[in-house]
Amino acid sequence: MLTINRHTFKHGIHPPENKDETNGLPIRQFSFAPLIILPVAQHIGKPSKIIIREGQEVVRGQKLAESDGFLSVPLHSPASGIIRKIANVPTLSGKMTTGIYLEPFPSSTQEILEGDPIDLETATPEEILLGIQEAGIVGLGGAAFPTHAKLKIPEGKHCETLIINGIECEPYLTTDHRVMLEQPDDIFMGIRYLMKATGAKQTIIGIEANKQDAAEFLASKLTGKEPISVQVVPVKYPQGAEKMLITALMGKEVPSGGLPIDVHAVVVNVATTAEIGRLLPHGRGIQERVITITGPGVKKKGNYLIPIGTPLRYVLEQVGVDESISEVYMGGPMMGVAVGNLDISIVKGTSGIVVFNQKQVHRSAQVYPCIKCGACVDACPLSLNPSKLGILAKFESYDKMAEEYNLMDCFECGSCSFVCPSHIPLVQYFRLSKSIVRKRKSKNV
Amino acid sequence: MFKQTLHISTSPHLVKGTSVEIIMRNVVWAMLPAAAFSVYVFGWNAALVLITSTLSCVLTEHVLCRLSKKRSTVSDWSAIITGLLLGLTLPPTFPLWMTFLGGVIAISVGKFLFGGLGYNVFNPALVGRAVLQGAFPVAITTWYDGFAADRFTTINSSLFAAPFMKPMVDGVSGATPLSAFKFDGVVTDTADLAFGFVSGSAGETSAILILLGGVYLALRNFMNWRIPVSILATVFILSGIFYWIDPSKYPSPLFMLFSGGLMLGAVFMATDMVASPITKWGVILYGAIIGTLIVVIRIWGGLPEGVMYAILLGNAISPHIDRLIRYRVYGTSLKSS
Ligand code: SF4
Ligand code: SF4
Repeated sequence: MLTINRHTFKHGIHPPENKDETNGLPIRQFSFAPLIILPVAQHIGKPSKIIIREGQEVVRGQKLAESDGFLSVPLHSPASGIIRKIANVPTLSGKMTTGIYLEPFPSSTQEILEGDPIDLETATPEEILLGIQEAGIVGLGGAAFPTHAKLKIPEGKHCETLIINGIECEPYLTTDHRVMLEQPDDIFMGIRYLMKATGAKQTIIGIEANKQDAAEFLASKLTGKEPISVQVVPVKYPQGAEKMLITALMGKEVPSGGLPIDVHAVVVNVATTAEIGRLLPHGRGIQERVITITGPGVKKKGNYLIPIGTPLRYVLEQVGVDESISEVYMGGPMMGVAVGNLDISIVKGTSGIVVFNQKQVHRSAQVYPCIKCGACVDACPLSLNPSKLGILAKFESYDKMAEEYNLMDCFECGSCSFVCPSHIPLVQYFRLSKSIVRKRKSKNV
Repeated sequence: MFKQTLHISTSPHLVKGTSVEIIMRNVVWAMLPAAAFSVYVFGWNAALVLITSTLSCVLTEHVLCRLSKKRSTVSDWSAIITGLLLGLTLPPTFPLWMTFLGGVIAISVGKFLFGGLGYNVFNPALVGRAVLQGAFPVAITTWYDGFAADRFTTINSSLFAAPFMKPMVDGVSGATPLSAFKFDGVVTDTADLAFGFVSGSAGETSAILILLGGVYLALRNFMNWRIPVSILATVFILSGIFYWIDPSKYPSPLFMLFSGGLMLGAVFMATDMVASPITKWGVILYGAIIGTLIVVIRIWGGLPEGVMYAILLGNAISPHIDRLIRYRVYGTSLKSS
């Protein structure tokens, strides 16, 4: 069933979408780089533990590192090849981490190693969760939180509704859009696994109105025998944030400091769902992902299926970028991270690469004091007061920010900074303030 | 390939493209029709007052920035707004040295003392005007009739009164409509008020042009329209009630709306973003309080013109309104908001 929903969360913004250049381009397979570099910390939680040694030959799909505890996932080889070395590699955050240098065999057929399949009919919820963990799956929307950990329903809670997040509210990105158009069977298979794992009684696939074609396409695949529906919601940033999506689809608010499960819901990104549906029946691990490469600085814009670990420099060389690139972002331009070092690799959480060249001066350097125009207050999807929070941050009143002005609820969506006429780096202040508050708290415990 | 150093910044990497400067500049544009009309009505006198007040504000801002070893903030246009606003509240024959002093006070006391743009508690122009009102009560209530035949040929001598001399009161004629009503019970035709064919301070005359400027700003989202709407609606309704009770004793609501500095105050002064509340409901309450104060001061107070004090009071309570009225934070229950 396809429903058009006009209700959504309060406030929010409308940044230019810039999706038209890539949303019509089918997903294309990327070639193997001559050297693939896989950092072991690609997800939130403990890094994977390496189980191969230098010089060893590995097969595509083989486990290179295993999960280290519950909040951790294994890492699979994206190609058949030889392990050249194990050494420190740079990451997006600027920190170094251990990485595996893999040289793919150029002549190999690159057949994928199969593992133990997870049978949808006979597997228990626990077995499905374990299967998802073993497949190395993390949130592909950008968060990179281990999916099995998110799906684990806490003691005493239960899940009614499974929400599949096909919103993709970040400007420029069309990854999820293409996945929905090209991998419907994988998505529905994934949903079946997810419903069984969580015990959800119904599933809602939430899609923003700018992807009407995807919504209609998925709705046309519904048999009516399963409790799955497709809902189209208004285009507004940050509609793809879990809390905002739940409010739009279910009319409920997730309590401050709580999780979706507190309103009996679990939200999973649509590309993650497709990956589950594709990998689990074969017991395989994740080795590649769909990434939108776009922005004014890119020559061959498109949606590409890229092996995990492909060096960013290689990716940019293949698609061709302007001489004068000045900014590269991993993820979308609203919440993505600016790249300072092109020697980093594509990781599981990379949903897009956006490249700007020098001509797009889209930022004014001049920062003014807050003029209390209220634009940020009317933009914040959580109805926080970024103006007040920003002033308090300047005075380093971090505790007051957290206790009286709900700082810790802020999920750094960037809406406030986007609208601020004084160009105050509000999100940057909040990120810093949050980490300070968190540190203080952990010290006090 | 890739020789450039990459520019690193924190998210978001997109911005809407507005800036303080753009907002302020547009406020100046929006005030110009009213300013031009006051020059048309009062001749060179009004022009000299407006130019002096603006220059004084800009100069003061520049000098103070330099003295405190900061980059000059003149380019953000906010000092020009203060200057124009101050000029528009003064009588068109106000001695220029007093006008200049008003500008200096507006910027130094009204703005810099509080920490500059963004930190001022009161609208700086009103601070300047309030000090002038206290210091020169006679000069500031000395009105001059508009449309004098010689308004573009001669300049009123009181403009050039030497500092600290009692200004020569040069043929004080037209009482303002409000004082005429208040003290003599004379009612001015509302159409004359709306179009500005009455005497008053430079910018108090054409309510229509002021409203036009306000509509422009509201449409371009450079002004919170709820503030003037709330003030005007409150004044209209409250004075309407009194008029309904006793039309012979109280002025009509239309007269109230279009007389005095109400339009100028509601559209350009009470809307000072820094000195007004930040939430939708907050500004509506703020406007209602200012509107009520205006009616109360005008009807019962000793002053015919209550707009200035009403807005200053509104400015003073606006931080408290912000503390009181907040949006309910997502995912919290109503009681904790
Ligand atoms: S948008 Fe910027 S200037 Fe406006 S109130 Fe918020 S922080 Fe202040
Ligand atoms: S970054 Fe935080 S404060 Fe700013 S709009 Fe988003 S949630 Fe609100």
